[in-house]
Amino acid sequence: MKKEIITLGHGSGAGLTRKLISEIFDKNFHLPTLDDGVQIENRTVVTTDAHVVQPIFFPGGDIGKLSITGTVNDVAMTGAIPKYILITYIIEEGFKIDDLRKITESVQKAAIDAGVKIIAGDTKVVEKGKADGIYITTTGIGFLPEKVELSSQKIEVGDKIIVNGNLGDHTVAIINARQNLELDPAPKSDCASLNHLVQFMLKNGDVHFLRDATRGGVATILNEVSDDTGFGIIIDEEALPISENVEAVCGLLGLDALYMANEGKLVSFISQKDENIIDKMKTHKSGKNSAIIGEVTNEFQGVYLRTSIGGLRPLLMLESDPLPRIC
Amino acid sequence: MLNNKKFRDPALIKKIVDDLNNWKKPIKIMEVCGSHTMAIGHWGIRKLLPPSIQLISGPGCPVCVTPSSLIDELIKLKGVTIATFGDLIRVPGKEETLEQARAKGLDIKLIYSPLEALKLAEKKQVVFVGIGFETTIPGIAQTIFLAAKQKQFNFSVFPAFKLVPPALDALLSTEDIELDGFLLPGHVSVIIGSESYDLLPEKFGIGGVVTGFEPLDILRAVKLLTNQISKDNPQIINEYNRVVDSSGNKIAKQIIEEILQVEDALWRGIGWIPDSGMGIKEKYAEFDAAKKYNITLKDEEGNTGCRCADVLKGKIIPPECPLFEKVCTPAHPIGPCMVSSEGSCAAYYKYER
Repeated sequence: MKKEIITLGHGSGAGLTRKLISEIFDKNFHLPTLDDGVQIENRTVVTTDAHVVQPIFFPGGDIGKLSITGTVNDVAMTGAIPKYILITYIIEEGFKIDDLRKITESVQKAAIDAGVKIIAGDTKVVEKGKADGIYITTTGIGFLPEKVELSSQKIEVGDKIIVNGNLGDHTVAIINARQNLELDPAPKSDCASLNHLVQFMLKNGDVHFLRDATRGGVATILNEVSDDTGFGIIIDEEALPISENVEAVCGLLGLDALYMANEGKLVSFISQKDENIIDKMKTHKSGKNSAIIGEVTNEFQGVYLRTSIGGLRPLLMLESDPLPRIC
Repeated sequence: MLNNKKFRDPALIKKIVDDLNNWKKPIKIMEVCGSHTMAIGHWGIRKLLPPSIQLISGPGCPVCVTPSSLIDELIKLKGVTIATFGDLIRVPGKEETLEQARAKGLDIKLIYSPLEALKLAEKKQVVFVGIGFETTIPGIAQTIFLAAKQKQFNFSVFPAFKLVPPALDALLSTEDIELDGFLLPGHVSVIIGSESYDLLPEKFGIGGVVTGFEPLDILRAVKLLTNQISKDNPQIINEYNRVVDSSGNKIAKQIIEEILQVEDALWRGIGWIPDSGMGIKEKYAEFDAAKKYNITLKDEEGNTGCRCADVLKGKIIPPECPLFEKVCTPAHPIGPCMVSSEGSCAAYYKYER
């Protein structure tokens, strides 16, 4: 038997990541849930995240903003109101102080926008060559309002699946910045905190379950929900909100926006009696392009996509990072 | 502005599909190109057709036909950066993939354009892995031309290019291949032109349609093929004439002519095919990684039980391989057809189970 080693695919958020969690972490930690945020005592929710991105500055954000919005969103998806953040910087020797200043100002601005406070932190500097510029880890703390309980177990047949806007923007912004694709106008990351939108949604409808569609994208979340609940999910390709920029890059590189990372998009499962919540979501600044993309069914298991020409195809969990094709 | 909607018109699609559903005679149509395989799966086209019309995948995925010895040779390279398009990194070599070798320290950079590799060469020795069909060859040839102009001797290309028409010739010259028509690759044909496939009707009595990647393109091409099959009038039809002309792209052909020459090529699962690849001309030998690092490829695929060779020749469909979905999955591909998103097995795994 060959000795297995960690590859980049193990950090993809897809099948290989799940395998790592179930075979190694869960075996030791006996994690109560695979959700990003977890409720501890007195309706307190905590979450932790590590942020690694290249380039560090990209259209629509930077690693500082991302580290706050990502953590705020992980807390928010439980229905909790995020309040506090602890932050750790791991910095490579030789990193420019000016860039550190810019990143930190961006952290502070994102925290103010989301209504959270940075309450503690740590800094480590590692030797040149031992890190890729800068890594940031964050821990978020929030509080769950009375009567708010979101869980995949609340999902019912007939639930509408709603996303709050265009898919794939973050990945395409990063690919464009990293690979000098020179798209004009340069696509912007959707990097944003969603806690205000979540509270707005909770006030305006019967929300059963929420998840932010980061690594692995919408398709991974839908597969996780289907596995978890045993229900089937059907998605309507015509309804997917995808910008022309993203569609063009997907066509060019053989990528699929449903598997791309987003940094300001949530997937929500809403009771069918409250599907009109979408009209209200469209009035919120974080939900202008919201769309009902599908629904939950008990007629089959797994996740399927109805194509715009009437074909039906399975939407499977990817095993690893999607790779751009050669031609 | 994308203007693909008219090629996805549900009413027109339904009309062709209804018409094709009256087709009774069992026929086998091979889509040569991996992008067609993906499009057929993506749009659920196979399920729209009657069982009498079988669409099977051919050898048109460049990653799938790249020999494992190329991976092994790349892994042995020391002190260089290997620059490659993405989907090559999960192709299994004899022992491991480039992705696994990277985790052990091999310096690999995933790039989206060969020009990125040339830029990288400003700082270090770079070997660009030159795989691909006629679609990608001109861009790589142009990069070699630029490297020569800039005297950028840190840059070299390992030529593992493949040519489609000689592969079809070799495929149809093999015994027990039963095909009734071809969906011919749109992107490749932009470069070489539709007349490059005249050998199909002339030498083998089989027709083909050069077609695009939208659902209407593909269904129209199938319809055109059934028309010529019913009339026993095999010919090459250019359905993709909004992009492809009969003689191809002159400028692309010129740059290829300047830098490269036709040579025999090693195809994974198929073996050596005469005049089916391209090497770098002597004039540009300093940019030829095969010469610079003394690399030769060997035809020595291990016996894994994988039937990719038969899949590539259209002899079987992926689920007929005993390894498919059991031990061979996109997470653990045994054969190359499961690796690339354009490989037949990966497309079947993703869309057709």
